[in-house]
Amino acid sequence: MTIQFNDETFRDDYTFRNSQWAIDRFPFPFHEDSYMYSVNMEQHQGGPAGSIFEKRFDVDEHYVSEMRDRALVLAEDPLRCQSLPHMTLAGWDLLELIMVSKSEDYPDLFELHRDGDRWHWINRPLGIDQKFTFMDEATLPYGPMEYITRQTQGDFAVLDQRDENLWMDAGIVTTQADWSLDFDIGMNFFEWHAPVPLAAEMGIFKRALKFLMNIQQGAPARRLNWTMTVNPRLDTSPENYHKWGPQKMTLTPENIGRKQHLRVELQTFFRLPRSNGLVFPIRCYLIALEDLVTVPKWGRRLHRVIRDLPEELAEYKGFTANRAMIVDYLSKFDDGLPTSDGIWPDKDTEPPLQV
Amino acid sequence: MSTFEFPPSITSRPVWGKLEPRAGKSHLMIADAEGAEALLKLAQADGSLMTKAHIMYFPGETGDTYIGKLEELAPAQLYIGPSYEAAVPRLRRTLAGAHMGLQVYLTGTESLMGQAMREATDAGIPHTAIQTEHRGSVARRMQCVHCKGITENVMTDPFVCSHCGLNLFVRDHYSRRHAAFQGVCVDAEDPGNVPPPVELYS
Repeated sequence: MTIQFNDETFRDDYTFRNSQWAIDRFPFPFHEDSYMYSVNMEQHQGGPAGSIFEKRFDVDEHYVSEMRDRALVLAEDPLRCQSLPHMTLAGWDLLELIMVSKSEDYPDLFELHRDGDRWHWINRPLGIDQKFTFMDEATLPYGPMEYITRQTQGDFAVLDQRDENLWMDAGIVTTQADWSLDFDIGMNFFEWHAPVPLAAEMGIFKRALKFLMNIQQGAPARRLNWTMTVNPRLDTSPENYHKWGPQKMTLTPENIGRKQHLRVELQTFFRLPRSNGLVFPIRCYLIALEDLVTVPKWGRRLHRVIRDLPEELAEYKGFTANRAMIVDYLSKFDDGLPTSDGIWPDKDTEPPLQV
Repeated sequence: MSTFEFPPSITSRPVWGKLEPRAGKSHLMIADAEGAEALLKLAQADGSLMTKAHIMYFPGETGDTYIGKLEELAPAQLYIGPSYEAAVPRLRRTLAGAHMGLQVYLTGTESLMGQAMREATDAGIPHTAIQTEHRGSVARRMQCVHCKGITENVMTDPFVCSHCGLNLFVRDHYSRRHAAFQGVCVDAEDPGNVPPPVELYS
């Protein structure tokens, strides 16, 4: 299908909306009626046709507007994109991975022509036509990582692998769930995860690191993570916390369905061929609660998950203050019926809400 | 007593050790204020270190208290500086001229150790090979996550950013690259609702 790109905003007047297509393919992150941390990795080798898992780098109706929002964030704060000097090669690896993947997966939107190191990249949605020399930074308007990630949805952490650890040595971070690249750059896997409660005690990070360090070329992995965000704001950065934080206080029982969003991250992991680095794209999907509950199974389940979530997790994910109001809203969409296993909406088999 | 037992914390927070003599071709010792006590103890453990030692010392508010005693150690080089900042070019020059077999010892406040550690690691010395010992003030060097400004000598939580004026709470999350802990706006969600400042570790 040809994607109709939305003209929308993720700030100020918040005109972001999901179409029915986007709602139906939303990556609902709960495979059962409760949630606890886990190393919920699976192979990233496609998925059901039309799902967000199908392509290596999913492009959806929000693409053009998300890239506009990224450019605004970077203009305000260039420190959101940084690469330590030894990471340039990994940046070229990433540029190649994305250009090859997108041109193969979306030939109507992206084209890549290669003649030795003379490359020609066409990005139709963003109106870009760029000829450049692969591995020659002077032939691109930005460094290779910044160049390609200004054209790709999601944040990117580019990790160096050495000393039996992964090091966050480069990245572009404009749609994050409240962490600072500028602060965390240069840290190892355990250090940048240090503020996450409970998970270290559960051995999550040790197991995750072991898994990630063994990811091989051509065998990427993925997992989902989630949090809650008031208003469809991509840039929920700590840098701007004092600007978006007050919006959390604007929820009312009347506007909560429209303003409160479930924020889901599709995290993928690809080995990079020349640098042996690992790229960790973190793609953010937002959905208003009022849209989410149009899927009966998701309404039932989200109510149960949020209601029963351990307090530390609600605190860490930053919605403690609004939790009661969210649970109250969602309870209207939970009739107590059992739900089917797995994340899929199962609209044809799950019963409608019984009222 | 100039020592302090830091409570257990998250994995990004540095854990300071105790200085002990190590075999080396030369010894670079950087200390501020009560950090001098740790150097005196180190010299007691192995006086022969001092013939190959370069001490850089910033007495700060301790004034002359330890200077005479450090002189008595007769280190190969003794530099007494008015501030760490003033000594950074000297430190960089020293590290640039360093050879294999250099041992680095850092002692004193977390701010001093963190910043000197950064210089040493930038010069190619792995941070795990550098010895440290905390002495003296428990004040923190804080980076404001909002304006990126550094506020030195933070003793309370919350505190006011010396650059942008926001009220920040003190996190244990620490960046070796910034040699600083992270400060985050305490009243972001409810502007004006700032809890009264409490002394750190009280």
